[in-house]
Amino acid sequence: MTRNLICICCPRGCQLEVTLQDGQVTDVKGFSCKRGKDYAVSEVTAPVRMVTTTVRTEEGVSVPVKTAQPIPKDKIFACMEEIKAVRLHLPVQMGDVILENAAGTGIPVIAARSLGE
Amino acid sequence: MREFDLAVIGGGPAGMAAALAAKESGLERIVIFERDSVMGGILNQCIHNGFGLHTFQEELTGPEYAERYFRKVQEAGIPYETGTMVLDITPDRQITVISRERGVETVQAASVILAMGCRERPRGTLGIAGFRPQGIYTAGTAQRLLNIDGVLPGKEAVILGSGDIGLIMARRMTLEGAHVSAVFELMPYCNGLNRNVVQCLEDYNIPLHLSHTVVEIHGKDKLEGVTVAAVENGKPVPGSEEYFPCDILLLSCGLIPENELSRGCGIGINPLTNGPVVDDRLETNIEGVFACGNVLHIHDLVDYVSAEAAQAGRSAAAFVQGQRGDGGETHQIIPGDGVRYTVPCSFHRNSREDTHLRFRVRSIYRDATILISCGDQVIAKRKAPVLLPSEMQDITLKYPLLEQADADIIVRIEGVTA
Amino acid sequence: MYDIIVIGAGVTGCAIARALSRYQVRVCVLERASDVCEGSSKANSGIVHAGFDAKPGSLKAKLNVAGARKMPALSRELDFAFVNNEALVLCFEESQLDDLKALYERGIENGVEGLELLDADAVQRIEPALNHVAGALLAKTSGIVCPFELTLAMAENAYENGAEFRFGEAVQQISPISGGYAVTTGNGTYEARIVVNAAGLYADRIHNMVCPDPITITPRRGEYFLLDKDCGNLVQRTIFQLPTKMGKGILVSPTAHGNLLIGPSAENIEDKENTATTSAGLASVRERAALSASDIPYNKVITSFTGLRAVGDTGDFIIGEAAEGFFDAAGIESPGLTSAPAIGEYLCELIGKRIDLTKKPDFKATRKGVTHFAQLSREAQNALIRENPAYGSIVCRCEQITAGEILDAIHRPLGATTLDGVKRRTRAGMGRCQAGFCTPRVMELLAEAQGIPLTDVRKR
Repeated sequence: MTRNLICICCPRGCQLEVTLQDGQVTDVKGFSCKRGKDYAVSEVTAPVRMVTTTVRTEEGVSVPVKTAQPIPKDKIFACMEEIKAVRLHLPVQMGDVILENAAGTGIPVIAARSLGE
Repeated sequence: MREFDLAVIGGGPAGMAAALAAKESGLERIVIFERDSVMGGILNQCIHNGFGLHTFQEELTGPEYAERYFRKVQEAGIPYETGTMVLDITPDRQITVISRERGVETVQAASVILAMGCRERPRGTLGIAGFRPQGIYTAGTAQRLLNIDGVLPGKEAVILGSGDIGLIMARRMTLEGAHVSAVFELMPYCNGLNRNVVQCLEDYNIPLHLSHTVVEIHGKDKLEGVTVAAVENGKPVPGSEEYFPCDILLLSCGLIPENELSRGCGIGINPLTNGPVVDDRLETNIEGVFACGNVLHIHDLVDYVSAEAAQAGRSAAAFVQGQRGDGGETHQIIPGDGVRYTVPCSFHRNSREDTHLRFRVRSIYRDATILISCGDQVIAKRKAPVLLPSEMQDITLKYPLLEQADADIIVRIEGVTA
Repeated sequence: MYDIIVIGAGVTGCAIARALSRYQVRVCVLERASDVCEGSSKANSGIVHAGFDAKPGSLKAKLNVAGARKMPALSRELDFAFVNNEALVLCFEESQLDDLKALYERGIENGVEGLELLDADAVQRIEPALNHVAGALLAKTSGIVCPFELTLAMAENAYENGAEFRFGEAVQQISPISGGYAVTTGNGTYEARIVVNAAGLYADRIHNMVCPDPITITPRRGEYFLLDKDCGNLVQRTIFQLPTKMGKGILVSPTAHGNLLIGPSAENIEDKENTATTSAGLASVRERAALSASDIPYNKVITSFTGLRAVGDTGDFIIGEAAEGFFDAAGIESPGLTSAPAIGEYLCELIGKRIDLTKKPDFKATRKGVTHFAQLSREAQNALIRENPAYGSIVCRCEQITAGEILDAIHRPLGATTLDGVKRRTRAGMGRCQAGFCTPRVMELLAEAQGIPLTDVRKR
């Protein structure tokens, strides 16, 4: 079986065609870079996404945060819930770990901006 | 009167990249005027990822991209003045600014780079009938409220317009617990990037209805709903109306380069882009005044903004240092079949530099060829499986190629329109 | 017990309150909305009509001419913008030139000064953007004001002279009591010796609560386009069309702040709350405005809006003592804005026959408006910033409105409590981006001043 995807790695949005046999990827067509090929494989086997949101600090300022790496798609809302529960104080440095282990993925959530110096 | 070699108007990605490139090219007395209280421009509210693949070879969020550039600006020792708004620029490059600290002041700049960015098309320009209640926001205003001020401005959303900010906000509102019933787009194609359709709409089962628009707003004081209709030949189809209840309507219907200062300075504006008319050096019709980023034309990727801005910075430096030649004769660059606009609009035959030709197509093309011709001769050609109006095209014309061009050049598309 | 309750804080109610505040009486204005100028007054043409239009001998004619005469001095006294930009009434058909002449003569009869009949060439010379006409009537005393500014100026001045303003007070019942009336709203009951009905579209309901002979106020919908300041100088004068069988005509006019205004349509409707724009209404405005000028750049529209005129059933303003101690100022349709200052004084005359009106020795006739920073000299600007650095921070980019002006609007007498309130007092958000950038900043300033969370800041 084949699946058609649009690559989300960059604005080019390459149209990918992935061939699967018994759940295994046997062929990928249409990619223009290695990231695209990797995306195609991951998307049909274990899709992942970056999660970006904000955390309200006790001082009332919003700090943008992100998962350090993409996490499984089905963990996105669980991850959002955990981030909402985080209590944070200024100052914050870009890269500071806000949450060690997002929704049991082992991937941390980090600050995406330095604020409050 | 304070004097500068270069005054950069705007401390967003364009302004910072322009100032850095000018500094690297040897300019010393540089200043960046930024109207917000912090540097970074609109990137500060663009908390999603997808920035920086070209510039930093890694995927960053907007604030990270801005902060990396800001650190470079600080490391380079380039002075910047935040909370400072430019009120006026004269053709002899006197700039009047206002700030809490310095009051109203006029400074003299040897060169100026315009990097003011753009604004969103508001509801009033869209001609939607109905009431004017609370709950109608441009997507960027809602983005700012949510991402900077921490306010979720509605719970039940409809989005009009498929610009990238609208798509991004569809996901963002959903993640924050709001329900987004649909995105409606007047045109038969999506105005945002395909990848945003996938990761912002499809991931969350938010439908995108092309050739549809909002025809009426309901709710006198607070928004209660909108009537949506299918569109054929630019007109709503009678009988196709459908009511969608909502307490927030987000508008993502286009961006307009913000050129009030440019107009006041006498800079010629290209009606196709709403940005200044510039040559291959990104110089406007006012000598020593350059433009880059979204004030010049709307980009879809900040990495391209940075690249374009760096070119403006180098051009300004060459101008101030008296290092540029006269460039020889100039010819026009004309948007031909299928091309909505080009930047630049003209080139110097002997500029001794490569020219970046940036443009957008009018509609979707498949199996297309981009043809660049001079007289009856095709001087460059590029094949593309798909060309989308939502994607800015960027072709580098090598210097020796344009040296051969002894007349205006035309950029056109051959291919199947879909 | 108050001496006088005025129902309605539109331009009429505020003019009456201001006129009454000269006297030693306790005045209270009850307004159902959260601010002044929230009904018919907020969405009209802002024209100071010369006074040639109204039927000679009518209240409209008398009060229009008197109001127009007062306007220049009043604008200096109360610090609001009045531009004496003149007006032209265009006549498109040779066959209608007699009607134009009749209008001229009516104006003379009404006591209007500065009227002149112009031929086609003269019109072309002074307004080259206009289409060819057969002739036109020039009215040199005609002008433009900002309706918000005029209303706010009179309200603030009345307030400073002791008039009370209560908002969120929709009147539900009026009962005669000994020596006056009890006026019941959703919040409570207020008593007064005199009640003045300046309730605009709802003046019929208020009247009919008290008087046995009912009146009817019909909402007449008028839709407008507002264009960018880029095209504010398409015409210098307010351009009217000579009324024909097809209707009263569409005006094309600069506004007091330099935008271009086109409208209004005229359609009687039922619903007094229906301020929605309609595709059909806006299309008719475009079609009929094209008679005056073919090249109106509609791609420069920054907003469109609807106003409802409060049209009475007598053809004239309904002003007078309708029951003992109960005064109407109803059916104040065009030229109501122009007439308002004269209506205020006329009401005082009438009320003075019922109760004693003695002048206050300490009446303060002048009022200082919000400082328009952009209009100051460089020296004055810098002095202001040194004194208050908030004036060095631009909040509204399009109109160049500073944080200082917005804070002034919030903290001044009868200060703004909503986004629309700030907008009307300062113009922040009235420019071409239509508040896209300044909304969050103005919300912050309002939230901070009122000590409320951002989410509680209202548009109106």
